[in-house]
Amino acid sequence: MLVNRRLILAHFWLAFAVFGLALLLGAWQMFVRSPLQTWLSNPEWYYRSLTAHGTVMGYVFPTLVAMGFGYAISEASLSQRLIGVRWAWTGYGLLAVGAVMAMVPVALGRASVLYTFYPPLIGNAFYYIGVVLVVVGSWIWVALMSVNLYAWKRVNPGAPVPLAMFANVAGSYLWAWTAVGAALELLLQIIPVALGLKTTIDAGLARVFFSWTLHAIVYFWLVPTYIAYYTIVPRAIGGRLYSDTMGRLAFILFLVVAMPIGIHHTFADPQVGAGFKFIHSAFTALVALPTLLTVFTICASVEIASRLRGGRGAFGWVRALPWDNPIMLAVAFSFVMLGFGGAGGLINMSYQLDATIHNTQWITGHFHLIFGGAIVIMYFAIAYDLWPHLTGRAFTDFRLMRAQLWLWFIGMIVTTFPWHYVGILGMPRRMAYYDFTNPALAPEAIQVTISVIGAVILVISGALFLTVLIRGQRAPLADAGPYRFSIALHPPTTVPMALNSHGLWFALMVALTITNYGFPILNLAVRSDTSVPAVYVGAQ
Amino acid sequence: MSARELFSLRNPHTRTAISVTVFVFVLSALIGFILLPLAQPHLQFAGLWDAICSAAGVPRGTSSVENAPAAAPVSKVVLTSGTLAHPSQQSIGRGATLAQRCAICHGPTGISRADSPNLAGQYAAVIYKELSDFRSGARVNAVMTPFATNLTDQEIADLAAYYAYLPRLPAYHPEPQLKPTRIVVYGAPTRGIAPCGSCHGSLDNKTGSPWLEGQSAVYLKAQLEAFASGQRRNDISAQMRNVARAMTPAEIEEAAAYYASQPAEVVKAVE
Repeated sequence: MLVNRRLILAHFWLAFAVFGLALLLGAWQMFVRSPLQTWLSNPEWYYRSLTAHGTVMGYVFPTLVAMGFGYAISEASLSQRLIGVRWAWTGYGLLAVGAVMAMVPVALGRASVLYTFYPPLIGNAFYYIGVVLVVVGSWIWVALMSVNLYAWKRVNPGAPVPLAMFANVAGSYLWAWTAVGAALELLLQIIPVALGLKTTIDAGLARVFFSWTLHAIVYFWLVPTYIAYYTIVPRAIGGRLYSDTMGRLAFILFLVVAMPIGIHHTFADPQVGAGFKFIHSAFTALVALPTLLTVFTICASVEIASRLRGGRGAFGWVRALPWDNPIMLAVAFSFVMLGFGGAGGLINMSYQLDATIHNTQWITGHFHLIFGGAIVIMYFAIAYDLWPHLTGRAFTDFRLMRAQLWLWFIGMIVTTFPWHYVGILGMPRRMAYYDFTNPALAPEAIQVTISVIGAVILVISGALFLTVLIRGQRAPLADAGPYRFSIALHPPTTVPMALNSHGLWFALMVALTITNYGFPILNLAVRSDTSVPAVYVGAQ
Repeated sequence: MSARELFSLRNPHTRTAISVTVFVFVLSALIGFILLPLAQPHLQFAGLWDAICSAAGVPRGTSSVENAPAAAPVSKVVLTSGTLAHPSQQSIGRGATLAQRCAICHGPTGISRADSPNLAGQYAAVIYKELSDFRSGARVNAVMTPFATNLTDQEIADLAAYYAYLPRLPAYHPEPQLKPTRIVVYGAPTRGIAPCGSCHGSLDNKTGSPWLEGQSAVYLKAQLEAFASGQRRNDISAQMRNVARAMTPAEIEEAAAYYASQPAEVVKAVE
């Protein structure tokens, strides 16, 4: 039951519109720093574009998708009208205003600080305030998800919460808590300096605060994708979800261990003790568990679908899968990219191995493969799956959809594999210009050029995606029926309270935050000799 | 089942979840705070507590390696947003009077006939910093040091205001305007050299960095060589020393010749 379709569509349309713009910026960046283009001579343009690309792709786009999908899940899985529709529109408005407010100073060159802020670099205050508005808007969504689940639980005491909603609320709680790190950094440290109330900033402490957000934000981006794996894929390909419990366990593990591990982003930072780096490294290893559980469960679910279609043999069933179904294609591509990206991630999280690729192009390659590849391709799948139910019009462009997904997959592999490779060769990240005539860099020119070709393929795929959505919006009216989620092989009748509520896991996450972040933060906060003068963007 | 029962150690799920979490935390803490620090042969600890504190990131007192005292005074100029903002007419006037003794080298209009720097229209922060450095001994020059030694803060600010106020005039050694060379436009990223313009004006202006257009090639080259040899050391965080040291003599020549041949009119104004 999807009642507030306009609300959900508004979220998706804004998300995909800004995604399309930021995608163009990304491809342009790939091009200007490649050997195909003599340099612009002014790095400012590159960093301006990079800040816009990162801010939109990191904060605005995935947050809007998670929110829109979250509202859809709440209505469809609980069969209950969304409570707080006005609040939801308010949140949407805050997000839109915040995004514009942040982008204006970026476009004017007043906030070329990259989306990770990098104090002591300080940009225009409106940039940071805009980002804060985006976060505040999303917190309204967090509250609404909680309120809607609570209302449903009161009417259905003891009944198992549908997996989609359970996971959705887990994702919203994860975001609520993980956004606190960046919020503290912005409100206590950066914005006072940007407003001129202070002229010094503790850059080390700011980086620790940001790492609090930086890793779990990735899992916040990932949760809609995982929800799609568990609750859309088995249904869309005519199968059953292998295990409902495994799904709950995976999202619980994400909620508990995705957050207190962010210091693995600051392995090279001197202000954090080696002991804490090790603890965070160990907990990061744990976060591989929910992914491994998921890969197992979804492969099993897909196998069920195949066997129901007559697939036979130890591996022969793979052939019997509905490969012409875009959702099947998307999940297969997503898993391949998740596999490579995850393997790369194991290197990043290892305190020792990280030293070889820290701050190289490997890292940018890695997060584009995981986020832009494995995660975003499932955002496409979510949109394809939901669209007929949101628009009340039937898709007819299945060939175009398949072509789009193929191109995204190929484009992402062609872009990110050479990107990883030049990182291993030592090519640093966050640079606007590379001197490919230098004999030391000349061997990397060909890989960087290949990456640019990948970027062009991605732009074509992105354009196809928007074309499919627009044509879907103009297709003839057709009733798609009620929106359903996957049914488990053994649908849950009773679920232990621990697997049916979030309180215990939220408490564990907060406790681990205190143990893993408490001392590093206090240690820096109480010292008086850790601040450095701010460097204002564009100041003379 | 109520929330109270969930948050009780009698609940098997709660018990398991908490024990597993505590186990993982304690195990990783033992390894990270005790085992690994003590396993590093190059780290010397006074005891277990010392090792734990080190792993926790508590700064340790280094008894053996004291910070070596600086061989020469370093630049300690502090500029706040109020130091040079909105100079009064009186300040510029006092600066003009004081500047009479500068004119013999830097020219009566701030344009040098010798190979001294042109000061007309130079950024106020630059004049302020260099005079302060000459006064403190962070920058040494047989001619300039005696002039700067007895200046007060106010006099330095007045001189900065006066020279910043003067219009930029064509320099006395115009040559055909040279095209920028590779080192000027791109720097040399693999050697850690940024393009000159990323601090000196054409791309961005970093406080304390002068504009260079129309300055004497002899002067520019001499300064780059002084930075490269470490003879001049009043650049903050050794920025110019690192750049100049990595430049080849030919690149120093090129950069100096390029800037000397540029008209001062192209310099961007400071807001």
